Amino acid sequence: MPILQVKNLTHTYGVGTPFQRSAVEDVSFEVHTGEFLGIIGHTGSGKSTLIQHLNGLLKPTSGQILLNGQDIWAEPKKIRRVRFQVGLVFQYPEYQLFEETVYKDISFGPANMGKTGSDLDRCVREAARLVGIQDDQLDKSPFELSGGQKRRVALAGVLAMEPQVLILDEPTAGLDPAGRENLMANIRDYHRNKGTTILLVSHSMDEIAQNVDRIMVLKSAHVLMDGTPPEIFARAEELLSAGLDVPQVTRIAMALRARGLAINPAVYTAEALEREILTLRKGGASC
Amino acid sequence: MSEMIQTENLRFSYPVEEGAAPVYALQGVDLAIKKGSFVVVLGHNGSGKSTLAKTFNAVLLPTEGVVYVEGLDTRDENQLLSIRQRVGMVFQNPDNQIVANVVEEDVAFAPENLGVPTEEIRQRVDNALKAVGMEEFVTHAPHLLSGGQKQRIAIAGVVAMEPECIVLDEATAMLDPIGRREVLSTVHRLNQEKGVTVVLITHHMNEAEDADRVIVMSDGRAVMDGTPKEVFTQVASLRSMGLTVPDTIDLLDRLQKDGVEVPLDALSVEECADAIAGAFDKISQEG
Amino acid sequence: MLKDITLGQYFPGNTAAHKLDPRTKILLVVLYIAALFTAKSILAYGLLAVTLAVCVRVSKVGLKALVRGLKPVLFIIVFTGVLNLFFTPGEEYLWAWGPFHMTEAGLRNAVFMVLRIMLLIMGTFLMTYTTSPISLTDGLERLLNGLKRFRVPIHELVMIMSIALRFIPTLIEETDKIMSAQKARGADFESGNIVQRAKAMIPILVPLFISAFRRADELATAMECRCYHGGEGRTKLHVLHYARRDYIALFFGCLILASVMVLRFMGF
Repeated sequence: MPILQVKNLTHTYGVGTPFQRSAVEDVSFEVHTGEFLGIIGHTGSGKSTLIQHLNGLLKPTSGQILLNGQDIWAEPKKIRRVRFQVGLVFQYPEYQLFEETVYKDISFGPANMGKTGSDLDRCVREAARLVGIQDDQLDKSPFELSGGQKRRVALAGVLAMEPQVLILDEPTAGLDPAGRENLMANIRDYHRNKGTTILLVSHSMDEIAQNVDRIMVLKSAHVLMDGTPPEIFARAEELLSAGLDVPQVTRIAMALRARGLAINPAVYTAEALEREILTLRKGGASC
Repeated sequence: MSEMIQTENLRFSYPVEEGAAPVYALQGVDLAIKKGSFVVVLGHNGSGKSTLAKTFNAVLLPTEGVVYVEGLDTRDENQLLSIRQRVGMVFQNPDNQIVANVVEEDVAFAPENLGVPTEEIRQRVDNALKAVGMEEFVTHAPHLLSGGQKQRIAIAGVVAMEPECIVLDEATAMLDPIGRREVLSTVHRLNQEKGVTVVLITHHMNEAEDADRVIVMSDGRAVMDGTPKEVFTQVASLRSMGLTVPDTIDLLDRLQKDGVEVPLDALSVEECADAIAGAFDKISQEG
Repeated sequence: MLKDITLGQYFPGNTAAHKLDPRTKILLVVLYIAALFTAKSILAYGLLAVTLAVCVRVSKVGLKALVRGLKPVLFIIVFTGVLNLFFTPGEEYLWAWGPFHMTEAGLRNAVFMVLRIMLLIMGTFLMTYTTSPISLTDGLERLLNGLKRFRVPIHELVMIMSIALRFIPTLIEETDKIMSAQKARGADFESGNIVQRAKAMIPILVPLFISAFRRADELATAMECRCYHGGEGRTKLHVLHYARRDYIALFFGCLILASVMVLRFMGF
């Protein structure tokens, strides 16, 4: 059974006003346990609205969201429980830090779950370790840390709830290349070791391409494409005409094909394109 | 005099607690930025690139050394307004630099401060909005615009001062790919059509592709300086500084190491594809 | 949610009411309020209600929008109404029950108070609906300019006001975001007693304040970079000019206040 099922989800803002507009329209998809799913789309494609439904922050105008087969709105009073199972890390999460110490801030979520004592302590320390926060930083004020460190603390605040599904909205926005790569490496490790289902929302095709098992492309409130990275990038031209980016490597591959070289259109990493070129070259040289 | 900005042994330290040793964010920078050029300053977080930018219009004053703006010493308080009028600055967060709640009023802010006569303000506002392609939005409320549009309003607000130089301090960091493209094409147009000197501070390598000159900052020093091709082909040093290399050059670097005869300095996708296709042609000729 | 709150909302338009100089509109509101507090009779209130109706008509702001503006103060209106209705002392009780009684004077007072508050609010809203916040602050600055002689920092006060107006939507949006983020961590704003609910606000207020300070700091730098150096030597994109319609409007404003005063003097 899929861990998350979204069935015909529609969300309309401003019903009955002149500003009425559907941010998500009749969207259906499933996410399987342990999957690393990338969601890509422009600002205004409905990404933010969509992910806020998955943990019950927004209520569907119509349609259903099933978590482990259960409609999350079956008992609206228990919606808070869903938020602990589906952890959502917002964009620029460091702006939500508020506690006196890093430790206290990370413990906000698990404490809201009702955890106490050694159980709470274990959750906090483990979450801190997962994002690379050292023990001696736990007693510092989160506001003394660097921007990248703050972001890690905020991420730990959600990981400490030990969610079954983790949704990350642009986790690397505004970081420099090294910071981005470090954070993504942490997230990859977390996924590998914990097997948590992850949904990664990003503007960067390159970041998506390098990390996920499956990509969902949203465009004007609908799902435009849904498939593995090779399947998606094989439709590079369609992506471009929809005004979306493709990874730089895919662009090079397209340009090479345009020059008559028989390159697989679905490559999206430099390693893969390198291999393609070398194989082709061997083949060509042996003729 | 053809230097827009010139720094001589520029050192800067942020104020520290009494008794503590000063930490220099800039440790002796000697640069001369030519009028009409498009210069990109790259560097990881904490490399000193933003600090450097803020010394260019006297937001920060040198702790040691001098900064000249068209020959004016930035430490000269009597020249403050004329320095700031010459070097306009656009910051990272568009929300925090828009002053008014109507677009035209915001663009008019700087000329109003400069005491420009009313009829001329109107002229300048209209021209500035046209220059950034936002003339349809004269009476809009800025908070309803997209990130890229807000940032273009911020640029228009600077353009209305009729500056010789515009410094963009990570002005693209918070934008999505579309917004980033809007801002980049706007500043390139200002540079080409109006001859405005542009200094673009960023950590996105690909924004440097079309620059006249790239300066790489690391540990408060300008460690690399040259055309984009000269800088980006130094693959090993860039990586050691925590910066990435454009995918085109990364691929060519890999191929070179595999023994394929390709040049390293094909920066754009098209050049890169030409270079690789060229290597294939050679083989077929030899064969 | 929070985004639906409208504060000093402005409906752009091109009617005579929109074109009036903001100073005129501020003065008219002052005259109107003075008249409201002078009025003592059905006739006077009737005159003022008609005046407002004419202005609403001219401005093409829907009556609906104006009435909607009354919603947030509905409680105050009802409260004053009830208070006046049941607790005004008088000789003859029209109706009584325990400590509650209704007198003729009470009935009159209640009706007039409710009318007064409603007309006052609708009149003020009509001004904010037809005047952009910028020109409103501009008008205020010019009207109060005289006070500069007494070292009142008018320019600075007005700048603070207009920046506050500018940041209201931004901060509302930010509050929304922070609330969602804390809810995602299981924060509960809906249950518990007053103390618990107040405590639950801390995770929202702390980040909001920190962000407001950061924004203020960045905005100050950005303003300096755009050559802001106080009000001295500043020019304006829009210079205010009194036109003929302003004099006409002010004339009618004074005329109505005078009529209400005469009515009162005559015992109406």
